[in-house]
Amino acid sequence: MLDIQNLQVIFGTGRLQVQAVKNASFHVEAGESYGLVGESGSGKSTVLRAICGLAPISGGHVRVDGKEVTTPRGKAFYRTIQMVFQDPYASLHPRHTVDRTLSEPLAIHGVKDAETRILQALREVGLGPSFRFRYPHQLSGGQRQRIAIARALILRPKVLLLDEPTSALDASVQAEVLNLLEDLRHKMGLTYILVSHDLAVVAHLCQRLLVMRNGESIEETTSAALRSGQASNSYTQSLIEASQGFSRDAPQPASSLAT
Amino acid sequence: MTKPLLEVEDLRVRFHLRTGTVEAVRGVSFQLGRERLGIVGESGSGKSQTGRAILGLTPPPGEVLAKRLTFDGIDLLTASKRTLRTLRGGRISMVMQDPKYSLNPVMTIGEQIIEAYQAHVKASRAEAHDRALAMLEAVKMRDPGRVFALYPHEVSGGMGQRAMIAMMLVTEPDLLIADEPTSALDVTVSMEILRILDEFVSERGMGLIFISHDLKLVSSFCNRVLVMYAGRVVEELEAKHLREAKHPYTQGLMRCLPTLADDVHPLPTLNRDPSWAL
Repeated sequence: MLDIQNLQVIFGTGRLQVQAVKNASFHVEAGESYGLVGESGSGKSTVLRAICGLAPISGGHVRVDGKEVTTPRGKAFYRTIQMVFQDPYASLHPRHTVDRTLSEPLAIHGVKDAETRILQALREVGLGPSFRFRYPHQLSGGQRQRIAIARALILRPKVLLLDEPTSALDASVQAEVLNLLEDLRHKMGLTYILVSHDLAVVAHLCQRLLVMRNGESIEETTSAALRSGQASNSYTQSLIEASQGFSRDAPQPASSLAT
Repeated sequence: MTKPLLEVEDLRVRFHLRTGTVEAVRGVSFQLGRERLGIVGESGSGKSQTGRAILGLTPPPGEVLAKRLTFDGIDLLTASKRTLRTLRGGRISMVMQDPKYSLNPVMTIGEQIIEAYQAHVKASRAEAHDRALAMLEAVKMRDPGRVFALYPHEVSGGMGQRAMIAMMLVTEPDLLIADEPTSALDVTVSMEILRILDEFVSERGMGLIFISHDLKLVSSFCNRVLVMYAGRVVEELEAKHLREAKHPYTQGLMRCLPTLADDVHPLPTLNRDPSWAL
């Protein structure tokens, strides 16, 4: 479905040049859920942004269904791939109602039956029609993230790019949104690429994942291997340890080893 | 048993709004010695307002009421502004969540630490300078001299947070209130920050109130945990006994977290019982 080969993303020129992604390659099958894990600055979000055209592709290949993506991306691309952003407080237009937010992609793509599509999208994400004419500030964080998911799903894409979809949410709300995402994937046969710094969330939602650090991919592993604690790479191992909580007799943390 | 450092009894924080009165904290009581106390709860549970009320930082038009709110024998509710000013930043200090918003953007990190130190301790500039550098080293800055001259926007989130901790600890406070000190940071960096705080508690006998929404983190770091829901403490327990929590809210919070240890699909969600908020 999605094939990334030696992807490079470079921002700026000359002295200010930053290589955000140095070399990332992975392949995602249709219907699969793939995770990208790493700390801030590891380039995991930039990979997602490069896929959907929000960051430049400076080198390498991004292929969707075997075809190289064009810049700028066409309408057909956005009917296949949609993105859900991290912060539901920042990613919804504060002065647009839910109805307007959801009808915008339909208008751009010239979809006819907007009315039924909006109501259906709201139902799919577990919100009733009563939410249709609310503004974002009248919604809780979890409800906003549901609207963001509905907005992404309304064009019936095949792939969802999820950039830290639950890290701004409370634990109990996170569980609800994770369940919703899993449910939707099974019902609609979606493909996910999930970016998160939380290993447990990635292991919960994804089968395979890529560990990134400083713009490079460190190791590709499976969530089963994560669960059993089998990670060949010492950096992955230190991430697993850190996710277990604080420990008084831990060795030197990984981030002091390099950078 | 020595006298507790901080005693809080029936603390209430109220906001009188046009639409009526909102009680953000509704009768919280606890005592703190020289230990690590965790306060856990979700957004809106009143955990941050509890921490702010202790320091007298409740934003207007908020109103703080308590039967008892004493720090080392000093009544914080009736104390003069002057007394409070010497306590705040001197003997009690607070680390905020986001270093981006809580550091002064137009002052170098070193200057800010010096300012904090000289506001409370009579010291020459050279002395304060040395203290600030030593403090930056104590919070494990790799190159203290360089960081000293940097502005907050020039450092990463983890370094900013360490700079703030350095500033808060330079006066060697007896009590530190840390409001989500690691929530904006990566896991491995937050472990480092916790290790620094941990050292101060165990070596200098500081009392620590650690406010967080992360139950797992708090239970591994603190001695005791207060679980807050809708402005009340629903449960107080020893951190190591968190697994045996009695209250359905605490149990629910524990269960709805995905873990690496087991694979549950779908995740159990929290059914909020209206009676918890009563």
